[in-house]
Amino acid sequence: MEIRNLINITDLSVEEINSLINTADDIVAHPEAYEDICRHKKLATLFFEPSTRTRLSFEAAMLELGGSVLGFSSANSSSAAKGESVSDTVRTVGCYADIIAMRHPKEGAPIVAARRAGVPIINAGDGGHFHPTQTLTDLLTIKRKFGRLNGLTIGLCGDLKFGRTVHSLIEAMLRYENIRFVLISPEELQVPDYIKESMDKAGVDWTETSSLDDAMPQLDVLYMTRIQKERFFNEEDYVRLKDSYILTPEKMRLAGENMIVMHPLPRVNEISVEVDDDPRACYFFQALCGKHIRMALILFLLGIKRQ
Amino acid sequence: MNIDGVRNGIVLDHISAGKSMKIYELLGLDKVKSCVAIIQNVKSEKYGFKDIIKVDEVIDLDFDVLGYVDSNITVNIVKDGKLEKKHHMALPEHLKGVIQCKNPRCITSVEQEIVHEFRLVDREKGVYRCIYCDAEHIVK
Repeated sequence: MEIRNLINITDLSVEEINSLINTADDIVAHPEAYEDICRHKKLATLFFEPSTRTRLSFEAAMLELGGSVLGFSSANSSSAAKGESVSDTVRTVGCYADIIAMRHPKEGAPIVAARRAGVPIINAGDGGHFHPTQTLTDLLTIKRKFGRLNGLTIGLCGDLKFGRTVHSLIEAMLRYENIRFVLISPEELQVPDYIKESMDKAGVDWTETSSLDDAMPQLDVLYMTRIQKERFFNEEDYVRLKDSYILTPEKMRLAGENMIVMHPLPRVNEISVEVDDDPRACYFFQALCGKHIRMALILFLLGIKRQ
Repeated sequence: MNIDGVRNGIVLDHISAGKSMKIYELLGLDKVKSCVAIIQNVKSEKYGFKDIIKVDEVIDLDFDVLGYVDSNITVNIVKDGKLEKKHHMALPEHLKGVIQCKNPRCITSVEQEIVHEFRLVDREKGVYRCIYCDAEHIVK
């Protein structure tokens, strides 16, 4: 069987994404059918960069499928600290595990890994580049909330330059019909040109603004992101930009009653905690969706189907 | 100035004036045992001035490198004093080991053994992107 990897969300066809969403829903409907489905299978989580949610979500997903997990949670606790290359690390781990989920601070590291591992590689985030399993999470969340993935106006707010979740979500939504993007960011943190090129090529309607207030009434989805300190080389720039957008109950009054607020988490202060009680806030529901879709993805990449 | 024609070999014609030495180095022509002539600033109707390189032997050429460095070049293969084949260069779809990714966030910036690779995304504007990190490189 040909080894499938997930490096970028575009590695999956729309049909495959729909199938993953269906499997995720089936997992919720029939948990007993999946509880032992990955028995004797091992997932390695190789996290060269710290993460709580993504790593635990992958581990929880594999454990709920009856499999086991191994790995490390920072580069310092791996041979990378001794100078080992990504290729050598994954080639070794590929001898121990059936599938690898990997996060690395350098962009493109999972591509290097996929050439050498001999087992499926899941990109769990490579620098500011791509984060496809977050995107699958986002798609499942939107589908569960709206019952569809087309005909939506999606506002993306915050760090759109380094925010990999934003880049992957745009790439994914380009393939659905009647999607409109409103890109809300300070000038310094606008989406990179190659993403704009992709949107233009796909013929998608998009606008850029620095005003969250102006954008709010138009949106079906408001996707908030954190201004990430670790992406800046210059502390001064980070301090200047970090409080650009803060979503408060006052701002929520500008939005429609069916709009949903999403966030890949962790948040710092870009969504005030008072918004958490608003029924339109669905970022913790999103975290739950993340586990379900990762379960579906592990099954898909391992070629395992429910009997 | 007169330089003999090539009987069996290669003539790289229409090189943009001033680029011949760069091409000489990139193609490793210093290692060729036979006669190599570099002719600079030759008058050209089409380009004003051009450079020409003549090699007195048919050698393997990396057309990707040539196309990237100067897509105006024509490569003439000469056999028994006659033009056997003419190749027109163009920007190649893929570049492997020709240019370096300058993005400090790219995996190639820390792992030296990885060969830098780019794919052409806009032929008209000469835009390449790193296959690892999507960083842009524009052909000058």
